[in-house]
Amino acid sequence: MPHSVVSQDSPDLMPDMDATTNEPNPVEGLNRESQESDAVDQDMTMAEAGIEGQDIPAPESTPVVKQEIKLEDLFADYESDEEFPSSHVNAVKDESSPEAPPSPESNGFALGASDQDVMREFYKRLFPWRNLFQWLNHSPTPTNDFGHREFAFTLQNDAYLRYQSFATSDLLRKDVLRLMPSRFEIGPVYSTNPRDRKTLVKSSAFKPIAKELCFDIDLTDYDDIRTCCDKANICIKCWQFITMAVKVVDVALREDFGFKHILWVYSGRRGAHAWVCDKKARQMDDQKRRAIAGYLEVIKGGAQGGKRVNVKRPLHPHVARSLDILKQHFQSDILENQDPWESDEQFDRLLQLLPDKSLNESLRKKWSSVPGRASKSKWADIDALAKTSKGLDTKALLEAKQDVVLEYTYPRLDIEVSKKLNHLLKSPFVVHPKTGRVCVPIDTRKLEAFDPLEVPTVTELLEEIDQWSAPEGDSDGKKLQDWEKTSLRPYIEYFRSFCLSLMKDEKGVSIKRERDVGDAMEF
Amino acid sequence: MIRQEFSRIEPKRKANVDHRKKQFAVPAYKELSYPTRLNFYTVPPTADITLEQFEQWAIDRLRVLAELEACSIRNKTPAETAAHMKPILDKYLPLASSTSSSSAIQAERQKDHYSHFILRLAFASTEDLRRRFSRVETQLFRLRFQGDDVRERQAFVESLNLDWETVGEEEKRLYAAELVAAGGGYPKRLDEESWFKVDWERVPELVESRRVFLKAGKAYVPGREQLSMVVAEFTNRLDKALEMTSRALPRLDEDDRLTPILAHLSQNFTTPDASYNSSSSSLPGADISARNIDALSSSFPLCMQNLHRSLRRDAHLKHFGRLQYGLFLKGIGLSLEESLVFWRTSFNKITDDAFNKEYRYNVRHSYGDVGGDSNRRGNGYTPFSCQKILTERPPGPGDSHGCPYRHFSVDNLTNLLQAVGVKDHKVLQGVKEDKEKQKFHLACNRVFEYAHQQEIKKVRDNGTWGAAQLETIVHPNEYFKRSYLLKNLDKNPAGTETGSRDSDVKMEG
Ligand SMILES: [Zn+2]
Repeated sequence: MPHSVVSQDSPDLMPDMDATTNEPNPVEGLNRESQESDAVDQDMTMAEAGIEGQDIPAPESTPVVKQEIKLEDLFADYESDEEFPSSHVNAVKDESSPEAPPSPESNGFALGASDQDVMREFYKRLFPWRNLFQWLNHSPTPTNDFGHREFAFTLQNDAYLRYQSFATSDLLRKDVLRLMPSRFEIGPVYSTNPRDRKTLVKSSAFKPIAKELCFDIDLTDYDDIRTCCDKANICIKCWQFITMAVKVVDVALREDFGFKHILWVYSGRRGAHAWVCDKKARQMDDQKRRAIAGYLEVIKGGAQGGKRVNVKRPLHPHVARSLDILKQHFQSDILENQDPWESDEQFDRLLQLLPDKSLNESLRKKWSSVPGRASKSKWADIDALAKTSKGLDTKALLEAKQDVVLEYTYPRLDIEVSKKLNHLLKSPFVVHPKTGRVCVPIDTRKLEAFDPLEVPTVTELLEEIDQWSAPEGDSDGKKLQDWEKTSLRPYIEYFRSFCLSLMKDEKGVSIKRERDVGDAMEF
Repeated sequence: MIRQEFSRIEPKRKANVDHRKKQFAVPAYKELSYPTRLNFYTVPPTADITLEQFEQWAIDRLRVLAELEACSIRNKTPAETAAHMKPILDKYLPLASSTSSSSAIQAERQKDHYSHFILRLAFASTEDLRRRFSRVETQLFRLRFQGDDVRERQAFVESLNLDWETVGEEEKRLYAAELVAAGGGYPKRLDEESWFKVDWERVPELVESRRVFLKAGKAYVPGREQLSMVVAEFTNRLDKALEMTSRALPRLDEDDRLTPILAHLSQNFTTPDASYNSSSSSLPGADISARNIDALSSSFPLCMQNLHRSLRRDAHLKHFGRLQYGLFLKGIGLSLEESLVFWRTSFNKITDDAFNKEYRYNVRHSYGDVGGDSNRRGNGYTPFSCQKILTERPPGPGDSHGCPYRHFSVDNLTNLLQAVGVKDHKVLQGVKEDKEKQKFHLACNRVFEYAHQQEIKKVRDNGTWGAAQLETIVHPNEYFKRSYLLKNLDKNPAGTETGSRDSDVKMEG
């Protein structure tokens, strides 16, 4: 779950302090805890558990709790985090964990002192603040959609600042320039201004009420089937996994659910995010988000072996349509480019997914005798040998082959991101701190042409401004803004047209909504 | 399974209550007629009833809801639930079909209608109560809907005017393949089924499991999924109505005679966990003291016996073990003073100083002897139910808490059972099967029945304990209490302790 933070669903990691807002004060227990000398036994005190034994922090959370308490000094407003505890400590891991080290050869960018200046220039001259405002505000004049929206900043020292909110894009811009976060995330719109949440008499009056429906697709979830790269590295071959995923999800959201305003954003390294911005989508509760997530989820379970696709027959129209889209990709992007069953060990995995024992034996014999036989040929062998085997259940074989195609191509969604209304996700157009690439929107009309390695980095962009000179004979034309002088231009123009069309639809919706409220039930 | 006494509130008051005046804000002073057995409860009651009726009807409904919630906690199947609920519904909230010859039809329906609205008022105050009320009312509705006569059910659905667009013949043919595929291959022939078209948000569970065809935001729902749609609609409306009611609540007059009744009703809807107190578990004459715990431990459920054995073996328990065991002991009636003695003597490898510094405060805190206001007022923490032990905080390495039936391997579980004296092969085999089916309650109750088979036979045979007193145990403290009573039948005449079941109302969390 890169670039994102779950805000409310990790009771095992963080003490959920809901029950303790009145008393007893959990800190009481923590103070006792800090006096405890029994270092071997990672016990916690009973007092921590809160009243009625609810919400007991897990033993492994002890260090986290302590760390959070220290953070209190850093963040003036730490306390109220307890209502929506962030699992940031956990989520950030993905970006900096040992198993996913930044690959130096592909990153000409790591934030040092001079890079701070680069970032400042970027935020000052290139970041599309006004469009970001329109996108979240849904109207030219400031509304609560923007004003009550949570922003969360990750600062250069890795401190994490939640519940920031701003009345206008200008105030947001000013604070970003002041704090120079390495990135910032966007959370839900709350019932009241997130900055005022501590002054409320009833903590229940502060709750998330709207957010875009989000999806997160990341290539690390494909590590068991992509052979070209691993971990943080990507190339155009494995990017095709993202391309197919976008196609399948996008068409389902549009045709099945009727959503229109879907913004796909490159995550800056090895994945993509979707923001479904239709008003109807933003207002969905968790149950409806869960329903969509479940509808789209076909690959289930972890990577550790076993069949992960389990779909009913006949195939649901969504699955059948997805299979149609994915079949073509399977031939070229999987069989040819990934060649996933080259070795004995690899084709064993394929055989595990096929149902007929005697056919499997013949295939094994054949493939073992020709080491390195290409996956494409192996795939063809299945049907060829099937024709000669007697008593074979052809229907079962066909279905198993369909399942294989799905297993190797169907979108692997980090479904947790989609299920929760109050989930934070990295803002479009921020710069990925490891690659320096801008998180640009992906125009789905030109999806196939999108190459993540061509996405401009922040340093390149600033150079482009410097190198720009007005075309000849155009010196008396209007003055161009800096972003118009760079290769960021097409991305910003796409984003702008996206926001305009969203705002246009929004007007109509709000009038209709007001009528609906009228017939709410009495009693 | 902690039962709460539901004492009646001054039944002598019999005045007519005009409870329309604020919340029943419909100015029609007529008796409603009820054409269908089922009710969506969209129209508030308008006629006067007595205060006594007001209270009694609410209590009766609460009893039904409590049983229904208990069924779902015990993981009963729909068929088991229906069978379990039938006598309870017949007794407390009967609803005859329109075709029956019952003369009480209108009265029954009125009671159903009014009691629902009374409980709505009582349970609208907090989000937790609203959610539970909505869930259990939905279960009741589903149960009744499924049991309804087919023709009456159809009439009821039509009366709802649910704004479901019927899919026309042309559209049906256009999407024939998709409709059949979404239905898992059914129907075989298109004319065997009809479809409704609704916004997909109204049938989220059908969408989640891909059981409907979706097109442009509309779900094409086959007629056979009607139940799920009607139920979703019921829940949806009830949730909205509860939200409205909760906002209207502060307007109820403080001196309204209903307020104390409503407060009392909602208190009885709280979880036993939250309201567990020593008086409901007191065992007169029992020696619940630090030095007697070893002896008493033979009446403990396996989870607590395991904790006790770990404590004796290591002279220590880790945090969650202390919490689970300490609160259990508190629940069986061990006083704070005795508890401090118990833990001090049990942790015999550490100094007084270390004990006082590291553990004493926590024991006192769990009894509400220290801590913030609400901790003191609430008398500290409450003992864990099976549900809590089963689902929260699975034990890690070195931990002894949790439920052995769930958290132990089969081998370790068998060893433990044999160590505490359960050696019967058939019982061990049964436990193993229960565990495989994840029926942990069943395993625990199986062991209980084995360990008390003679006593149970006795109270059954002489009729001193009814079925209600022997139903599935879902709380460790109930396990102990029942075990203790059975083992001391001669000292404690059976029935006096748990005999007043009829007036009990319980909700389990
Ligand atoms: Zn690659």
